[in-house]
Amino acid sequence: MLINKRLIAAHFWLAFIVFGVALVLGAWQMFVRSPLNAWHFNPEFYYRSVTAHGSAMGYVFPTLIAMGFGYAITEASLEKELVGRRWAWVGFFLVAVGAVVAMIPVSLGLASVLYTFYPPMVGNPFYYIGVVMVVVGSWIWVALMVTNFVIWKRENPGKPVPLAMYANVAGSLLWGWTAVGAALEILFQILPVALGLKSTIDAGLARVFFSWTLHAIVYFWLIPTYIAYYTIFPRAIGGRLFSDAMARISFILFVVVAMPIGVHHLFADPQVGAGFKFMHSVFTGLVALPTLLTVFTICASAEIASRLRGGRGAFGWIGALPWSNPIMLATALSLVMLGFGGAGGLINMSYQLDATVHNTQWITGHFHLIFGGAIVIMYFAIAYDLWPHLTDRALDSFGLMRTQLWLWFIGMIVTTFPWHYVGILGMPRRMAYYDYANPAISPQALSVTMSAIGGFILLLSGLLFLLVLIRGQFGARGEAGAYRFAVPLHMPERIPVALNSFGLWLALMVGLTVVNYGFPIAQLMALNETSVPAVYVGAGR
Amino acid sequence: MSDQPLFSLRNPWFGASVGITAAIAVLSAVAGLIWLPLAQPNLKLAGVWDAICSAAGVPRAAVQETGIKPDFKTSNVVMTSEMLTKVNQVSIGRGATLAQRCAICHGPQGVSDAHSPNLAGQFAAVTYKELNDFKTGARVSVVMSPFAAAMSDQDMKDVAAYYAYLPRVPSNNLDTGRPAPVIVVTGAPMRNIAPCGSCHGDVDNKAGSPWLGGQSAVYIKAQLEAFASGARRNDISQQMRNIARQMTADEIDQVAHYYEAQP
Repeated sequence: MLINKRLIAAHFWLAFIVFGVALVLGAWQMFVRSPLNAWHFNPEFYYRSVTAHGSAMGYVFPTLIAMGFGYAITEASLEKELVGRRWAWVGFFLVAVGAVVAMIPVSLGLASVLYTFYPPMVGNPFYYIGVVMVVVGSWIWVALMVTNFVIWKRENPGKPVPLAMYANVAGSLLWGWTAVGAALEILFQILPVALGLKSTIDAGLARVFFSWTLHAIVYFWLIPTYIAYYTIFPRAIGGRLFSDAMARISFILFVVVAMPIGVHHLFADPQVGAGFKFMHSVFTGLVALPTLLTVFTICASAEIASRLRGGRGAFGWIGALPWSNPIMLATALSLVMLGFGGAGGLINMSYQLDATVHNTQWITGHFHLIFGGAIVIMYFAIAYDLWPHLTDRALDSFGLMRTQLWLWFIGMIVTTFPWHYVGILGMPRRMAYYDYANPAISPQALSVTMSAIGGFILLLSGLLFLLVLIRGQFGARGEAGAYRFAVPLHMPERIPVALNSFGLWLALMVGLTVVNYGFPIAQLMALNETSVPAVYVGAGR
Repeated sequence: MSDQPLFSLRNPWFGASVGITAAIAVLSAVAGLIWLPLAQPNLKLAGVWDAICSAAGVPRAAVQETGIKPDFKTSNVVMTSEMLTKVNQVSIGRGATLAQRCAICHGPQGVSDAHSPNLAGQFAAVTYKELNDFKTGARVSVVMSPFAAAMSDQDMKDVAAYYAYLPRVPSNNLDTGRPAPVIVVTGAPMRNIAPCGSCHGDVDNKAGSPWLGGQSAVYIKAQLEAFASGARRNDISQQMRNIARQMTADEIDQVAHYYEAQP
């Protein structure tokens, strides 16, 4: 039962428009620093583009998807209208206006600091103010999700909260807490310098604050994908979810351990002690657990669907799955990319192995494979699944959808596998220029060319995706019926209070934050003379 | 269900989740803060508390070591991007008088054909730094050192302000159609050479880097060779020595003639 369809559709459309623009920038970046391009451009344009690409793809696009999907889940799973519709629109416009405010200085070359800010580099204050607006807009969404959750629970005492809503609130709470790190960094470290009130910045402390956000933001991006795995995929292929409780435990594990692990992004930074780096490494390892649980549950759910369709044998059931169904295809391709990306992630998170790939193209390859690959392909699936319910029109270009999904998968593999490889060869990331004529670098030329071609394939796939959605806006009118989520094999009648609430898990999340971040932050704040002169980007031109 | 207590030891979920989380946290802390540091032979820790402090990142007193002092003077000028950028008319006036003694080599208008640097329009911070280095002995020249020796700090600032105030005059060898050498535009990343233009103009200008347009090719070449050989060493942190040592004789020739032909 979707009531505020315009609200939801507005979020998705803006998200995909931003995605389309950022995708073009991404493909351009792949091209200009590959051997396909002779060196004839200002490297500053490259960093502008990377900042815009990263900010759009990292902050705006997934946030809008999570918000739009969150509103859809609230109405569809709780079977009532969203409480706080006006506030939802306020949040939407904050994100939209914030994105524009941030992008203006970036496109003028006044804030080429990359989306991870990289203090002591400091750009135009409006860039940071725009990002803060996006985050504040998303915090309105967090508040609305929690409010709707609490109201429903009060109206339905004793009933289990539907899984989709439970997971959705888990994602919003995780984001609410993890965004605090970047907010602290911007408000207390960067903005005073960007506004000219100070000329020095404690770069080490600022980066620790950012690491607080930087890892769990990935899980915030991931949660809509996991919700789609658990609540859309089994229904779309005509099966049942293998275990409702296992799904809840996976999301709970993300809430508890996804956040106090960010220092693994600072393994090469000197300002955090080795002992705390080790502790963060251990907890990063734990985060593999909910993903392994998920892969198991989803494969089991697929097997149920296949056997219901007559699939037989130990592996024969795989062939009997409905492979022509775009959701089936997207989920399978997503899991393959998640597998490769996750395996690479285990290397990044281990304190010693990271040293071999730190700040190389391996890292770029890793997060594109996980986010751009495994996560975004499920955003496509969510849109395909939801579109007929938003437009009340048929979305039936199935051949086009399958082509698009395959192209995205192939493009992402062709882009990221060579990236991983050149990373092992030592190719640094965040560089506008590589001298491929040099004997030391020339062996990387072929791989970089391949990954640039992958980028073009991704661009083609992205355009096809937008084409499918646009066609969906003009399809034949029809009634899509109520939007439903997958039914578990055993419908939960009574579940433990711990699996139906978040109090305990939030306490553990905050507690672990204090344990893992408390001392490093307190120490850096107490130390004197840790600030360095800010490097103003784009100043004096 | 809703009447079940959540934060209670009667709730098995509470005991198990808190217990497991705490156990992992304690085990990882013991391993990361005590066991692993003590297992490293090179850390030379005094005990468990020392290990914890070391692994937690508490700053420790640096080991006293006898630093190696160079056997020559280094520049003591601290460069900032704001340095000497504020125009002061009195200073310019004083500088104009003081600069009369410079005119024989640097020209009455700050421009000359004597293969000494053209100073008209040069950044004040640059002229000031070089005078300072001549005075302290960080840079040595039989001609310039005696002049600088007698100058006060204010004298040097005034002369620098005056030359910065003079307009740049187009070079006699002006040839703006001349293509920029690769080393100027892109540098040579694999030899750790940044593009010349990223500090000396064209692409960007960095604090303390002189404007090179219109300078004598003979002078530029002589300075690059002096940097390469180590005869000149007043560049902060060896910035120019590291670059000049990696440049080929051909590249030095190219940039010298390129910059001479620039406005």
